[in-house]
Amino acid sequence: MEVSFLVKRFNPENPQKGAYWDDYTLTIEPSMTVLDALIKIREDKDGTLSLRCSCRSSICGSCSMRINGMAGLACKMKVIDNLQANQTSITVEPMTNMPVIKDLVVDMDIFWNKVKEIKPWLQPDEVEPSGEYIASDESMKKLAQPANCIMCGACVSDCTVLEVDEGFIGPAALAKAYRFVDDPRDSETSNRLEMLSEYSGIWDCTRCMECVEVCPKDVAPMDRIMELRDRAMNHGFMDNSGAKHTDAFADIVSHSGTLDELKLPLKTFGMFGMPLNMLPVAIRAAIKGKIPALFHKGIPNMEGLKQIFNKVADEEQQASEQEE
Amino acid sequence: MYAFFPGCVSRGGCPELYPATITVCERLGIRLNELKGASCTGAGVLQEKNQLLGDIMNARTFAMAEDLGLPIMTICSTCQGVMSQANKRLTSDPEYLKKVNNYLIFDNLKYRGTTVIKHLLWVIIEDIGIDKLQSFITRPLNGFKIAPFYGCYILRPSDALGFNEKPERQNSLEVIIAALGAEVVDFEGKSRCCGFPILTINEKNSNKMVAKHTTEVKELGADAMVTPCPLCHLNLDGYQPVAAAQEDKGDINMPIIHLPQLLGLALGEDPISLGFQRHIVSANAVLEKMTLVS
Repeated sequence: MEVSFLVKRFNPENPQKGAYWDDYTLTIEPSMTVLDALIKIREDKDGTLSLRCSCRSSICGSCSMRINGMAGLACKMKVIDNLQANQTSITVEPMTNMPVIKDLVVDMDIFWNKVKEIKPWLQPDEVEPSGEYIASDESMKKLAQPANCIMCGACVSDCTVLEVDEGFIGPAALAKAYRFVDDPRDSETSNRLEMLSEYSGIWDCTRCMECVEVCPKDVAPMDRIMELRDRAMNHGFMDNSGAKHTDAFADIVSHSGTLDELKLPLKTFGMFGMPLNMLPVAIRAAIKGKIPALFHKGIPNMEGLKQIFNKVADEEQQASEQEE
Repeated sequence: MYAFFPGCVSRGGCPELYPATITVCERLGIRLNELKGASCTGAGVLQEKNQLLGDIMNARTFAMAEDLGLPIMTICSTCQGVMSQANKRLTSDPEYLKKVNNYLIFDNLKYRGTTVIKHLLWVIIEDIGIDKLQSFITRPLNGFKIAPFYGCYILRPSDALGFNEKPERQNSLEVIIAALGAEVVDFEGKSRCCGFPILTINEKNSNKMVAKHTTEVKELGADAMVTPCPLCHLNLDGYQPVAAAQEDKGDINMPIIHLPQLLGLALGEDPISLGFQRHIVSANAVLEKMTLVS
């Protein structure tokens, strides 16, 4: 079948032209990947098209690009699987949140610098053995998923926070950080969590799940970020509005069953700690009758739920005592 | 009939959503049995601290609906997503379900894993059908340009939301906008984050997201934006004036409309009963164009 590939181009030798689109029509085989198609375009139709690729088997992570508006490995996506209903065209663009060098090739310095920031190496406090440095199978089970990362950059490309704030440390670096935080051989857990709890770290993630959706290796960076938040709170790094908000939310819901929207900001910021710029928003909402009830109405028949809360809390207490 | 799960915000920060939903469901013949004893879903926030407790609370709600023999209907993208994720964990691991059921004994409940959870958006597409929806329209939205805004949790992770089995869910909002007679204003931001989850953490970034999305659709000529998520509404509507000032965008004035409100307008309902007077960014320009207010 004939498929039209709409490819976003950029030529650094003619920057005034800016980004533009080229349309290539190709007869495709059912087994063809998007990368196969792009290589064919480069070989048969337009030798000036630039792209990165190497292994063609979803191992090296070189060929990340945005296909139909979503980042992923071009070698892992079949053309026919990416044809939307009744359509015979596919859009191919370079990754975003990183500057374009040429066509589909981006400068990944931003990506690498963020990963380097979290010190992506083991820092043990004991002398490392000269041979294998073995950790238990059990402890490695949780790390297998984040260790699958092939540094392709797809999660950074589609991150909704990096889109508005390039200072955010980002999903790839945070997933990598989790890999060391939960490694029993690493001695820097607490220091790592303290650093990650600061501004632009774990609490700046919106939980939008773009990174989970685009990751070709099931690293699920956002899930790792959620685990880091839990670890940071357990290590006592509570002096930030993110941790306070989660703590307050969990406390309110696990006592009344529903969310008291008035109590949440009060518990998060304290009676006098409310950011001043939130005041006009609250006043506008009050004028429009959007202020939640002053006296929160919980849910009826709370007895069973209360017993559930108590049981969960007791078990948590026991677990933490055992850990100590 | 559906076991109705309205969520906290439809009666709190967005009090216009609950009555608008009831009105529209009555008109469309969607019968609702509200789950008054149901708890919060945890909104993904409780889950950061205690996923097991979140799953127990959601399993409790699923068990209530299962006992009624009804599917659950939500009206919040976040409730939908958190419940779908919890249901996936519970139904894909019998041992885990058994563990969670051990807690539900206190409420004399047991979840067998059969409850279906659907947002009103999907109920209309899958159960009511576009043809039937159109048969109820008395005031088609012809001449209006409406931009969709989904909310992350009703789009991702797509496997928990059943997109493989029901691919039509991916563009359900656009299908409804078009069915009501309006022109869809497509833009990349429709599937991005509204910024609400980081509002208390990094308000500046949250506001940048609000300004970016609302400005983008304004430049594309949209009359309004429609969302199935009250949390997106809280941020895109409530913080729009602050976001516009922060990002030096002047007055953006992009009305943000809840899905049931948009349906209600096309069904001929009065804007007051749909709660338009409660919006921070006035929707009067849209209503004037429909000659509903002068």
